[in-house]
Amino acid sequence: MAAAMNYLESYKDMAANLCGQELPWLEQLRAEALTKFSVSGFPSPREEEWRYTNVSAIEKKLFTPVLGNVDSYPNRQAIDTVWLKPQQLQDAWSVVLVNGHFSAELSILEGLPEGVSVMSMADALVASHDYSALLETHLGRSVNLTEHGFVAFNMAWFTDGVFVHVPAKYVLTKPIQVLNVVTETDAMSTTRNLVILNEMAEAQVIETYVGMNPANAYLTAAVTEVVVGNNAHLTFYKLQTESEKSYHFGGTYVKQAQHARFTHHNFAFGGLLARCDIHTDLDHAAECELNGLYLGVKRQHFDNHTRINHLKPNAISRELYKGVLDGRARGVFQGRVIVAEDAQKTDSQMNNCNLLLSNDAEADTKPQLEIYADDVKCGHGVTVGQLDEKSIFYLQSRCVDEETARNMLTFAFANEMVDKIKIKSLHDQVLEQVVIRFPQEGIQKAWL
Amino acid sequence: MLKIENLHVSVGDKPILKGINLEIKTGEIHAIMGPNGSGKSTLSHVLSGKAGYEITQGSITYQGKDLTDMPPEIRAREGIFLAFQYPVEIPGVSNIYLLKAALNAVRKHHGQPEVDAMDFLTLVKHKVKMLEMDEKFLYRAVNEGFSGGEKKRNEILQMAILEPKLCILDETDSGLDIDALRIVTDGVNSLRSTERGFLMITHYQRLLDYIKPDVVHVLAQGKIVKSGGPELALELEAKGYSWLETNQVAA
Repeated sequence: MAAAMNYLESYKDMAANLCGQELPWLEQLRAEALTKFSVSGFPSPREEEWRYTNVSAIEKKLFTPVLGNVDSYPNRQAIDTVWLKPQQLQDAWSVVLVNGHFSAELSILEGLPEGVSVMSMADALVASHDYSALLETHLGRSVNLTEHGFVAFNMAWFTDGVFVHVPAKYVLTKPIQVLNVVTETDAMSTTRNLVILNEMAEAQVIETYVGMNPANAYLTAAVTEVVVGNNAHLTFYKLQTESEKSYHFGGTYVKQAQHARFTHHNFAFGGLLARCDIHTDLDHAAECELNGLYLGVKRQHFDNHTRINHLKPNAISRELYKGVLDGRARGVFQGRVIVAEDAQKTDSQMNNCNLLLSNDAEADTKPQLEIYADDVKCGHGVTVGQLDEKSIFYLQSRCVDEETARNMLTFAFANEMVDKIKIKSLHDQVLEQVVIRFPQEGIQKAWL
Repeated sequence: MLKIENLHVSVGDKPILKGINLEIKTGEIHAIMGPNGSGKSTLSHVLSGKAGYEITQGSITYQGKDLTDMPPEIRAREGIFLAFQYPVEIPGVSNIYLLKAALNAVRKHHGQPEVDAMDFLTLVKHKVKMLEMDEKFLYRAVNEGFSGGEKKRNEILQMAILEPKLCILDETDSGLDIDALRIVTDGVNSLRSTERGFLMITHYQRLLDYIKPDVVHVLAQGKIVKSGGPELALELEAKGYSWLETNQVAA
């Protein structure tokens, strides 16, 4: 894989600076990952699950990690706190990662309940800390290194990330926001996150990805592993508003125990090319809900790839992904639902709806149901189209001009997903993003 | 206020309306009855400006203005209101927002300032009560998940707020049970005025028991084949449409 050689070459210089050096099991994982990546390289469109998304531009460029502690990092001063402030949600614990490194100075973690851990992955991986057993058990377990090149790449390269552990029966009163900021051009931010909720615990986690300078090109390659224990409930939001020229890969890999609930809301708005994987394994009577909204303009490319594994009986999955594509934007949705032979009484519904606002926009949608059980209720639906002419006429007959009617319907289409957000400050932040992404649509907040 | 002369309308190559003549004066209520496929709904769509219909001959004049090339929203702002046979669901747009946007568009069209938020709310709540609707409907998405009766009531609510000059009711009675029919027709009757004209399109005579028309027209095969007083509706009910259609052919 000659194209990935430049990354492999540069790895030699950084290997000694990566976190978790003292842990033999991690060293072994990283070595395996490096071997896998040196063979496979980044994913290629020849792979079925990447057939619509070509990441060769990432291979051709060489994005480089920013090493060292960010609080002492020379460009630390470059982080504009005035700019940062509105990115941080009020009424949330905030973990700030800058260029793939935790910043204690910018993070706000006061008042966490005793026993709940929200900390830098690099810190958690220090062998003398109490977390190594937990990490050894779970890190790299929700997703296999053979999944694809980015997963292996992330394991070999990750510099830091977030470790969240909510012990049994704890219910967090405030959400935890993981705010990933990239300040440098040509930088690479490779983070590894692990979120563990023990039985009956409840929490809300928000992943935010944002570039400080809109002109910067950079790469984010993040992997988040999630473990939701028996009867635990995790609500997970992802707001991806990377800079216009950036590349984003984000994978969230979940294991849900019996009766565990996992709700994911995925807002993909930024970046030039953004791929998102969400995979979840459902144990007995677990419930998952996957919601997504992608808004593409200009030449943006979004690829959302979900996989729901119904492994045991009585689990429920609900999925709705919506896309609005303008300009020459392209939206890809690949949704797989796999119902194992053992997973009787599975109840699953998957939908993907795309709104194309221009003749040059494109939506590729591929829902897949693989059912090996015989007593299940599974459905899927897909739409790709323009605004409904009947709705436009109805609004016109109510005095609304055609252009405004179109704008109203476009906004309403997207707003359905925004309205599912239960956290007020995040809801407003996402809404703001929807509004600014389609300025030509004349979308008004008053339409709420 | 409305004058239709020798109106011929086609959809694609297919002629639907074949020479309609109709004049509605302010204060009058006209009913158009006719069998399925006679062109009743086409007439309501053409009057409200829906795309896809070609006027091949004749004219429509509303308050002295030619309607032919007027966009639907301008007709609406000029006071033409169509209560839909099948009101459209608009997920994501709240009912109250649409009401306000519509009212403000009318006011702007007539050079008036936007409606005061408090006055608007008072007005809306008053009308909601009149139509025996739950205030919660205001904050729900337009028609989304509404029952058939709720949708029809919502149409009349919009009409009551916008206070149009010409109200076109397209099969407003269809799908309504007796209670809903009473509420809806009470709403319509409360809007009757010497300033306002009505065109009611209906398949059945039943609606006319609640809203008494001045003139009844029978539409068949794209033409008005007979016009008369309210008694014509009763005659139709008794004899059926086939009576007129055979009459028409014979004539």
